[in-house]
Amino acid sequence: MKKIKLTEIAHGRSGDKGDAANIGIIAYNDEGYKIISKYLTAERVKKHFEGICLGKVERFELPNLRALNFLLHNTLGGGGTVSLKHDAQGKTLAAALLRIEIEVEEVNE
Amino acid sequence: MKDKIRIASGQGFWGDLIDAPYHQVTKGPIDYLVMDYLAEVTMSILQKQKNKNPELGYARDIPDLMKRILPICKEKNIKVITNGGGVNPLSCANAIIKVANEIGIKNLKIGIVLGDNILDRLDEIISTGAELKNMETGESITTVKDKLLSANVYFGAFPIVEALQLGADIVITGRTTDTGLTLAPMIYEFGWNKTDYDKLSAGTVAGHILECGAQSSGGNFLGDWKSIPNMAEIGFPIAEAFPNGDVIITKHENTGGRVSFETVAEQLLYEIGDPKSYITPDCVADFTSIKLEDLGNDRVRVYDVKGFPETEFYKVSCSYADGYSASATLTYSWPEALTKAKAADQILRKRLENLNLSFDEIRTEFIGYNACHGPLAKQLSENDINEIMLRVAVRSHDYNSVERFGKEIAPLILTGPPSVTGFAGGRPKPSEVVAYWPALIPKKLVQPKVEIIEL
Repeated sequence: MKKIKLTEIAHGRSGDKGDAANIGIIAYNDEGYKIISKYLTAERVKKHFEGICLGKVERFELPNLRALNFLLHNTLGGGGTVSLKHDAQGKTLAAALLRIEIEVEEVNE
Repeated sequence: MKDKIRIASGQGFWGDLIDAPYHQVTKGPIDYLVMDYLAEVTMSILQKQKNKNPELGYARDIPDLMKRILPICKEKNIKVITNGGGVNPLSCANAIIKVANEIGIKNLKIGIVLGDNILDRLDEIISTGAELKNMETGESITTVKDKLLSANVYFGAFPIVEALQLGADIVITGRTTDTGLTLAPMIYEFGWNKTDYDKLSAGTVAGHILECGAQSSGGNFLGDWKSIPNMAEIGFPIAEAFPNGDVIITKHENTGGRVSFETVAEQLLYEIGDPKSYITPDCVADFTSIKLEDLGNDRVRVYDVKGFPETEFYKVSCSYADGYSASATLTYSWPEALTKAKAADQILRKRLENLNLSFDEIRTEFIGYNACHGPLAKQLSENDINEIMLRVAVRSHDYNSVERFGKEIAPLILTGPPSVTGFAGGRPKPSEVVAYWPALIPKKLVQPKVEIIEL
């Protein structure tokens, strides 16, 4: 097993949908997409955001863009204009997700 | 029929770069300029303005902007489409006519789209059985009906198409989907039908790419952002659309920024839920069908988009008054910046408690430490922390509590922990919390109405 920093194989962007944050993660190449597709599960993301995401995490796949979209429910303190959070629209959460380190099986070349 | 049209995004939100629309119309050839002015709760601000003065209720920047760009648009035959009409598209149109007169424009047709504002029709609508339930909580709108500040239906592209067919040079709408602003010129120029769902979806996708301005042309880019050239003069995106639904996303040549697979992909992933089901009044677009081809030279082809029929409902965006809030910051420097900030927070909370004030929520954050990433932030030892900005925010239905909170911040400078600064600009004042109520309404209950105002 080896550890890969997500930020080395992907980029992304986060935004808000009500009280949920959406985080899109886009792999730089097909190899990277294989990795995130297999290892970046909703459960993994939910665990990563413990204490931040208070609801469920949904995961959607966009293989056409080498991307995954995550919806993190109950994450923005009420969302929109109601939230008291400094980052009420979750704009820094994509960067937070890119902190993740993934353990992947070593593949012999 | 034109073999292609160029649709330029003039701004990503009301508050974006002021000169962006001017640069779009001057730095290269375009056919349409589209601008979005309405965030979720903007309508409530505009409605309040209209309540005070019946002549208001639209984005007041628009007449000034038109003064600047109308002569250029007339000369180059550029049409302008915007939802900045807010709750008073007619007043907006009249204000533009006035400005056009002042600068010697000879003829001008402005199309306005009405019918989205259902605030005065709510009782009638509810009596038909449409409950306007909150899409997130399921509650019926009767729980907040008396506190509503605005209620507007999201129309799609077709009312704008009607205005263009009537010869409008400028189209001013109330609440319209952002994507509809970009889709409408394509329908109009290429004769697409209401059932050409793949093409409508392609136009919708182009609209999504354009709707946040430079966010698809190098802004807010989490890829290699340091390599984006000349962000100071970033070019806003332009959609070059073709009759078959293909779109090339690009920008003017003599501008900064970048249009690449990566910058476009990031914007495609922004603020979406289920990508297979991107719902608009005109169609349901499947974002998992989108193909992108980076052609180089800041040109990305978007093609093969598929979509499905629209639903029977319009989305309604309502807003209602829900209390007051305020926030304040103070900055503590090394040494022990975090310890001092935490101590100040405790002192403040004790004082607020002693005053018997009532708050629905008090939130404390330490900017420079973990305000953005919370538990994911790297733990730092006090010696490595140079400064911390303490931020405290409160929310209450009692105005006086929020107002008093604002008066308890400055005293901390003289009555709390040391080496504190960053307090300038007076007491934070309570601002009204405008909460958002998203609902669905059967389309048959609401009809758009298009009128032409002529100079």
